[in-house]
Amino acid sequence: MAARPLLEVRDLEAWYGESHVLHGVTLSVGEGETVTLIGRNGAGKTTTLRAIVGILRKRKGVIRLGDRDLMALAAHRVARAGLGYVPEERGIFASLNVEENLLLPPHVADGGMSVEDIYRLFPNLLERRKSPGTKLSGGEQQMLAIARILRTGARVLLLDEPTEGLAPVIVQRIGEVIRTLKSLGYTILLVEQNFRFAAKLADRFYVMEDGKVIDGFRADELSAKSEVLHAYLGV
Amino acid sequence: MTTTTSAPAAPAKIASGRSGELLTALGVLALLLAAPFLFYPVFVMKVLCFALFAAAFNLLIGFVGLLSFGHAAFFGTGAYIAAHAAKVWHLDPLVAVVLGGLGGGVLGLAVGFLAIKRKGIYFSMITLALSQMVFFIAVQAPFTGGEDGIQGIPRGHLFGFIDLNEPLPMYGFVLAIFVFGMFALWRIVHSPFGQILKAIRDNEARAISLGYDVARYKLIAFVISAAVAAAAGGAKSLVFQLASLTDITWQMSGEVILITLLGGIGTILGPVVGAVIVITLENYLATLDVPVTVLIGGIFVACVLLFRRGIVGEIEHWLARR
Amino acid sequence: MTTIFGVPAAALYGQILIGLINGSFYALLSLGLAVIFGLLNVINFAHGALYMLGAFTAWLGLQYFGLNYWAALVVVPIVVGLFGIVIERLALRRISGLDPLYGLLLTFGLTLVIEGLFRYWYGSSGQPYAPPPQLTGGVNLGFMFLPIYRGWVVIASVIVCFATWYVIERTRLGAYLRAATENPALVKAFGINVPLLITLTYAGGVALAGFAGVLAAPIYQVSPLMGSNLIIVVFAVVVVGGMGSILGAIVTGYLLGVLEGLTKVFYPPASAIVIFVVMAVVLLVRPAGLFGRGD
Repeated sequence: MAARPLLEVRDLEAWYGESHVLHGVTLSVGEGETVTLIGRNGAGKTTTLRAIVGILRKRKGVIRLGDRDLMALAAHRVARAGLGYVPEERGIFASLNVEENLLLPPHVADGGMSVEDIYRLFPNLLERRKSPGTKLSGGEQQMLAIARILRTGARVLLLDEPTEGLAPVIVQRIGEVIRTLKSLGYTILLVEQNFRFAAKLADRFYVMEDGKVIDGFRADELSAKSEVLHAYLGV
Repeated sequence: MTTTTSAPAAPAKIASGRSGELLTALGVLALLLAAPFLFYPVFVMKVLCFALFAAAFNLLIGFVGLLSFGHAAFFGTGAYIAAHAAKVWHLDPLVAVVLGGLGGGVLGLAVGFLAIKRKGIYFSMITLALSQMVFFIAVQAPFTGGEDGIQGIPRGHLFGFIDLNEPLPMYGFVLAIFVFGMFALWRIVHSPFGQILKAIRDNEARAISLGYDVARYKLIAFVISAAVAAAAGGAKSLVFQLASLTDITWQMSGEVILITLLGGIGTILGPVVGAVIVITLENYLATLDVPVTVLIGGIFVACVLLFRRGIVGEIEHWLARR
Repeated sequence: MTTIFGVPAAALYGQILIGLINGSFYALLSLGLAVIFGLLNVINFAHGALYMLGAFTAWLGLQYFGLNYWAALVVVPIVVGLFGIVIERLALRRISGLDPLYGLLLTFGLTLVIEGLFRYWYGSSGQPYAPPPQLTGGVNLGFMFLPIYRGWVVIASVIVCFATWYVIERTRLGAYLRAATENPALVKAFGINVPLLITLTYAGGVALAGFAGVLAAPIYQVSPLMGSNLIIVVFAVVVVGGMGSILGAIVTGYLLGVLEGLTKVFYPPASAIVIFVVMAVVLLVRPAGLFGRGD
């Protein structure tokens, strides 16, 4: 683990209206690391991501990206600190075609992939670039959701359940994409229900329950921890 | 068993709420009985008519969550029909007002039937557009008297022997209509029917899933609201002995919204308080060289930005928090 | 003399032209309403008052600053747009997230203030505004006499409507706007300044109303109440078209304008209400509107 984490979240609390949903989340992701948040439905994984990117505004605690204090930024400035966000259910816009969806997120840093690179990585998107975004299959939409943040130059990616509701073949393909991103040095915070999928990708894991991080371990501790994990996840 | 001790408290609280309402109602009634001796009777009668009009409007916005932007159509139609009944058919003033209310109810059935096909903001636009259509018809129809309106409407003799040309009997007549109308609306709001309306207001999808025919409930509420608004318009036409295009304009629809918003949407007393303030303001401003609509518009903006609960709503909120 | 369905052909064409002109204003205004509603969730009642403000600004500019018509076509939408920015920042922003009905009420209040002030200052009667010398006179098209200014109004409105459509449907800025209409929170999370986009959208929408006001000045009298009666008809147009589609708003505007013109030929007394009747029929047959996608 890097000495100084790139993304650092400390004692994060958050509220949906009156209901208190995060009760002190602490986690960190080092540069180039892939870290997975696991936990049952409703544990607060998605909420944690939404609080980090600033969609959820009612929150307190510490969120830092490198030297930047993300808590202090307006919602539309968070991404410009270098974050790329792939939301739950992909967030593809129906009134935009594939290419417009791809070009939507603004550049936040130099060194993003070019549109040509992206089409080389995801040839399907090139074929269907003039179709409305939501006319794509679920798997293609997921590729599009990932592809569009690779263009922005963000080096820290927040992926919220990229495999949800997809066929095994597609899940495998997304696993390959994430592995490629990892090898390219991206820093990834992944939320995943599909533990078997995450187990093969992540360097470290955090377990969430009731709005808190209750445990954390490295990939090489997996086998030793499998008993505890079964208890946490109820699998 | 600690929970049982708190259980009887709830009905007691409701009962005290009810008796509080009753006390307030008696207080207001006492004030209204004294009012013609303290103020110019025609002014108080105007307040009563507009308060009833606003209370009818409030049934929709406050208890069903429907913002009608065309209630002047019913107010004006009631005024025209009552005027025609009194002047041309020489009917008893009470019959004239009742006919006005019925006419407004029938129009409400047609307008409501169309408007409830859409929700929210579209509902408002549809009611506004349809009321504008009624306005254009009123401009062209022969019996409304066009720009002149129907003037010199005889107030007549109630039941054939109470001369309404005298201020006090006329006041009593208007007060009786007001009290009856307010009582009817109060009963509706507190009836099982009213509970269903509020359920629709709070969560329409849930009301549908519970098996209520939401469209029918909305339509019934709309017709009642239109009929009461029209009766208020009928009474107003007898008070001023005039029914004119002013009664049916979109500005009038805006005025009743303002009265309700200022007084407090969804409160029983709000429309009355709002009517007192708005009518008083208009009366005073008419004598000054200040454009009335500018001030009315300013109050509108202030209400929406600063106190959306309205005067009565803010007071109730404050009392509830203490 | 040629007649069509017993009506002199020249009268028929004349009314169709008037219908197209009215339709031009319906289209320009309902387009602005639809764009604003899409992003802000506000039905801008003040749209009519801002159209009036546009016409008055053109008139005042000519009276006091010698601002000619062509300059007014550019300057007035900017002035009205700036005024829109003030409205959005000071008032509409504070009620965002509330029930859209409050937006309607707020802009209704603003309408009363704006119209009341102009009526106080200039009275209710109309002020004449001469068309520019380049557009006076008319041409004989063979089947009818076409006053040049009226032809210009139709052409100018079509161009502006098309340009607006193009910006929204075919440019990067338009993509931001469409995306933010669908999911503002996500668009913000991508790093797009949605609050600014909202301000610009409102300003752009009301600038269209200001532009329509300048176009209208030489045709109708410039009067404080010219906007409010129009806006109610435009509401009906919006209900007929449904606010889901930009192109739908434009097409519905022209169609209903022409229909109104035709009614004036065949049954004049109904011409004031025909659009409302169409609205009622559409509500019965297709409640979501011709191009609508439901509530």
